[in-house]
Amino acid sequence: MNTPAPNPAKIIRPPSQWDKSLDRGFIWLTRFFALAIAGILLWIAVQVTIQAAPAIQSSGLGFIFESTWDPVKDQYGVLPQIYGTMVSALIALILAVPIGVGTALLLSENFLPLPIRTVMVFLVELLAAIPSVVYGLWGIFVLIPILKEVGGWLHSQLGWIPFFNTPLAGPGMLPAGVVLAIMILPIITAISRDSLISLPPELRQASLGLGATRWETIFQVLIPAAISGIVGAVMLALGRAMGETMAVTMLIGNANNINISILAPANTIASLLASQFAEASGLQISSLMYAALILFLLTLLVNVLAELIVQKVKRI
Amino acid sequence: MNSSRLVAAVSTVALTVSLAACSEQPTNTTEGNSPSSSTSSSTAPGADKLALANNISLTGAGATFPAPLYQKWFAEFNKKHPKVQINYQSVGSGAGVEQLIKGTVDFGASDVGMKEEEIKKVSKGIIMLPMTAGSIVMAYNLPGVDAEIKLPRAVYVDILLGKIKTWDDPKIVAANPGLKLPNTAITVVYRSDGSGTTAVFTKHLSTISPDWKTAVGDGKSVKWPVGVGAKGNEGVTAQIQQTPGAIGYIEYGYAKQNKIAFATLENKAGKYPKPSEESASKSLASVTLPENLKASVSDPEGDDSYPIVTYTWLLVYKQYADADKAKALEAVIEYGLTEGQKVSSEIGYVPLPSNVVEKVGAAAQTISPDYKTEVGGGTASPTPKPSK
Repeated sequence: MNTPAPNPAKIIRPPSQWDKSLDRGFIWLTRFFALAIAGILLWIAVQVTIQAAPAIQSSGLGFIFESTWDPVKDQYGVLPQIYGTMVSALIALILAVPIGVGTALLLSENFLPLPIRTVMVFLVELLAAIPSVVYGLWGIFVLIPILKEVGGWLHSQLGWIPFFNTPLAGPGMLPAGVVLAIMILPIITAISRDSLISLPPELRQASLGLGATRWETIFQVLIPAAISGIVGAVMLALGRAMGETMAVTMLIGNANNINISILAPANTIASLLASQFAEASGLQISSLMYAALILFLLTLLVNVLAELIVQKVKRI
Repeated sequence: MNSSRLVAAVSTVALTVSLAACSEQPTNTTEGNSPSSSTSSSTAPGADKLALANNISLTGAGATFPAPLYQKWFAEFNKKHPKVQINYQSVGSGAGVEQLIKGTVDFGASDVGMKEEEIKKVSKGIIMLPMTAGSIVMAYNLPGVDAEIKLPRAVYVDILLGKIKTWDDPKIVAANPGLKLPNTAITVVYRSDGSGTTAVFTKHLSTISPDWKTAVGDGKSVKWPVGVGAKGNEGVTAQIQQTPGAIGYIEYGYAKQNKIAFATLENKAGKYPKPSEESASKSLASVTLPENLKASVSDPEGDDSYPIVTYTWLLVYKQYADADKAKALEAVIEYGLTEGQKVSSEIGYVPLPSNVVEKVGAAAQTISPDYKTEVGGGTASPTPKPSK
């Protein structure tokens, strides 16, 4: 029983000069990458602002409240596009949040056998992999014909509600909102499910042990406990819905005016940029850049808001 | 954004005609004697004029409207002259002009020509060459109406202004006696993206209607009083096909390919010529090309002239640093003006009248001193060029 003791000097030795510089190098490398991301973001913001400068000078803050977009007379305002961006995203959230959170609950509870749940998780994530142009095409050829029936019924039966006071001609706010809802579903479902399954199992056991029904457990314990993750998911989805371009531009009807009816065509900032940038010149380009800057700020606002809400609700 | 970039990338790849095959160098037997090639027996008279020592690659960018035709031409030309590769990117008229000014392409293409101040920015000088023409039709979708609908000029302007809202409006009924028009609401479909098609169409509307001119005006994208916007000719076409009661403007070629009904419009003479290659060609012939070849056909005269027709231009520099490039480009243009015109009507474009071809050929002749453009029996070039 006399194994030779390992030479302690060989195991415990001060790091060599090489190791030290490797460590330091690695720290600097990660610092550089982290700063580079911030730098790129800043660079984009600065470039967009520089390009937007002529439009900022000529229309100032009025740009946000003006509702004419007229390249012929060089008058630009993005109120209808801001409205369209917000409303289409809102419709998407109203539809997607209940479905998304519900799906997340189903997939995190043991309502279904695990193999089926695994397949469903996979399917939901597959939704995120579909290119947005495909969603646009699907919207034009499948969704719009269906929604036309629905929209026609809404208009004839509930036309007295301002939201339905125009007939659905084809593209419009509603089809765009519905497709956006499908596009953001995987984000809401995946993140909400992650935060639900990462809850400590003691929470559920304790709740059931105290005599709570499953219903009470889900709505009074699990969802409040996971709320920060769910809100984060919703906010991330909102950002995605506001910035979506291709599918929206194919479905929203690209009409630069405000109409309270969700069956009427509208426009969003991202869609305006996508459709007009290629052939724009002069003040129109810089107005488009200004619009891009506003979208940038709106998204920033949403993210900050999300962070604040998450901080506030993070109690459990 | 991602997907649109992907689409762009895919189409770029598709456009890039890659051919590295090298054939024997043909010589022009009648007048050509390029120093690099001395022995050759010429077969086709068109193929032997272009004697090139090296592979030439030409890059162009611009209008989407003539892109299908140009791509066909360039692919065919490449088959004849494997040494010349032409890459055309249909990025839009505005972007094409921009790139030409910056000098990042060898030639540009535009549906609206270039403005004087844009030409002044190019020190090498610019030649504008009308290569083909197209007409714009007002396509509609009205189930149950089989006969062609006639639209007087005041009526189609009023439809687009939103003053006429249903298909059984008395004004439309009056122009179409005997047709039973339904009470369907009219949905105007327009191009949401900036486009030369919109520019030509709104230019026509501004010419014929003072109301339109003051209320909307003309440009690549305008403020449409009513309707829904769709992206591209294909988007508008799909939108019209899906929406009963829709009417919109698309290029004749698209309407023809998609077998979609289009209205017969009243022309300046008060007649209703059917939209076709012939009536469009008559419109072109009614306008004399000016010195710079930039003619606007916003409201053509003549009983048989279709009212909405436009040329589309290839934009080239007056001088090229690379003599072979100039030569190849001139040969391509010659091909387009001769062989190319034959295929244009097959895919819905309007062949140029022969007097226009001659004028354009004469203008193209100045690009390269080493190449003789022959269009229409070789009468195009006024002065014989000295051979090298």
